[in-house]
Amino acid sequence: MRSPWRFLALLVGAFVFLFPFYYMLVGSLQTEPDPSVGGAFPEPGNLTGHNYAEINAAIDLGRSLLNSGIFTGGVILGTLVFGVLAGYALARLQFRGRGTVFNLVLLVQVIPFQLLTIPLYVMIVRSYGLADNYLGMILPFAINSTAVFVFRQYFLQLPQELFDAARIDGAGELAILWRVAIPLVKPALLTGVLLTFIGPWNEFLWPFLITKQQDLQPLAVSLSNYLTTVSARAANPFGAVLAGACVLAAPAVALFVVFQRRFISSSLESGVKG
Amino acid sequence: MRTSTGVLGRILGKQPIGSAFVVPYVVFLAAVFAYPLGFAVYMSFHDYFFAAPGAIVDRPFVGFENYAEVLSDPAVRRSFVNVGIFLVINVPLTVLLSLGLANALNAAIRWRTFFRVSYYVPYVTASVAVVGVWLFLFNSNGLVNSVLGPLAPDPSWLVNSKLAMPTVAIYVTWKQLGFFILLYLAALQNVSKDLYEAASMDGAGRWKSFWNVTVPGVRPATTLVVLLATVTGANLFTEPYLLTGGGGPDGASASPVLVMYQRGIEQGNPDIGSAIGVLLVIGVLILALVERRFVGKEE
Repeated sequence: MRSPWRFLALLVGAFVFLFPFYYMLVGSLQTEPDPSVGGAFPEPGNLTGHNYAEINAAIDLGRSLLNSGIFTGGVILGTLVFGVLAGYALARLQFRGRGTVFNLVLLVQVIPFQLLTIPLYVMIVRSYGLADNYLGMILPFAINSTAVFVFRQYFLQLPQELFDAARIDGAGELAILWRVAIPLVKPALLTGVLLTFIGPWNEFLWPFLITKQQDLQPLAVSLSNYLTTVSARAANPFGAVLAGACVLAAPAVALFVVFQRRFISSSLESGVKG
Repeated sequence: MRTSTGVLGRILGKQPIGSAFVVPYVVFLAAVFAYPLGFAVYMSFHDYFFAAPGAIVDRPFVGFENYAEVLSDPAVRRSFVNVGIFLVINVPLTVLLSLGLANALNAAIRWRTFFRVSYYVPYVTASVAVVGVWLFLFNSNGLVNSVLGPLAPDPSWLVNSKLAMPTVAIYVTWKQLGFFILLYLAALQNVSKDLYEAASMDGAGRWKSFWNVTVPGVRPATTLVVLLATVTGANLFTEPYLLTGGGGPDGASASPVLVMYQRGIEQGNPDIGSAIGVLLVIGVLILALVERRFVGKEE
């Protein structure tokens, strides 16, 4: 492939990937939906912020965002505390069963999670009564296995002498982790947080199943309920749906654009090598 | 905690405290993966139904009855055929496009960061959000059809029983591609530059060196991409639920997870739903083994 062709192919690719997002934004600002080719270009006479007010009146964006935030925050917290502990032990400590646990980390990456939906639903909703509850929402996602894997890869890259020296000084393992290892793998923590973020923020099926009360639904769930039931009654249903879609998409897109370097190079390379 | 040595050290390892560090994670895996998996198998062999909490009810063992019911259900069979159609379109397309684009991106090229970011934007965005705009684009009188004019399919994409599943497959390919491009980009860093030099010394052109050096060099990544794309396909739920209004038209785009949800939770038959789930797990495992054999084989 010659260089100009290569560039052209990449450009066409970028257009295909980005156009729907551009169209999402334009559509969310139109007074009247305009599906013609001309409608892809914003027209000053046809612009409005009304769709955002409409979706906000229907599903309470603030409350939905708060629910998404609590759900995602809980998962990130669980992953940072217990995932870092596990990743550190798998990389740096020799104990019985280490190989088995590491194989489990790899195994769960290929288990289709949705297939466990029915038993998890029976357990969490019917047996433990955790429907319409943040804990029930967070529990199945509480520790992200991919993040555990990333943490392990980073801890592995640290030089062994560091740990030997700290151990000779009589430091406990928890102290070594907290004072020596974690300060050196801060980039890994950020990568882990980013990886973990998109799971619960975008998750639909699980919170959809266990939240029936609208004031506990994350935005992905309340928006999809609006899409399937209420939107037919709105004046400009597409406009309102697209406005909600923009609000749901913006935080994830913004995070990944800002931290794109972290997400691209580091973790995945070691993942494929390892 | 000091490093323990001697006999105890040999049995428990040098830093037995490591076991304590992994306990929360292992408990989590047991509670969220292992136990539900066993529970699903148990339910699928019993006449299991929802009852008031604490009520003591009889849920007799019924052998393969639930499986017989599932296998004779035309909607379930249709959904397994659908996921087959999905995988036949999605997996090869994913491998071709992500390797092609990753390879193009791997060169010194202008706007590299821009391209990389634009490719993974769909991947990091919630499907629920992106489905909204696809509905707008692929609607009967949406932008795609107004660009195509007389070439537009009738009935339109998402309400056409022949095109609904392929449209869902293309949607998912588009949405996930960025992640697979990243995997291939990482794998391409490990292909030795010397091999390319040797190939060009032997007079190989760009295409030949791509075929003889790049493709074998990224084979482990290809295995991973194929496996992960298959697992994603088996998990399909949100797209048929929202994009084609619950697997429409008339079940033509229903996925097994969607039917599992309808039978198991909407209609209140968790035993039937579990049987669908167990069959799907077995199907995915068999498919993964077959794919590993074919894609992962050494030259």
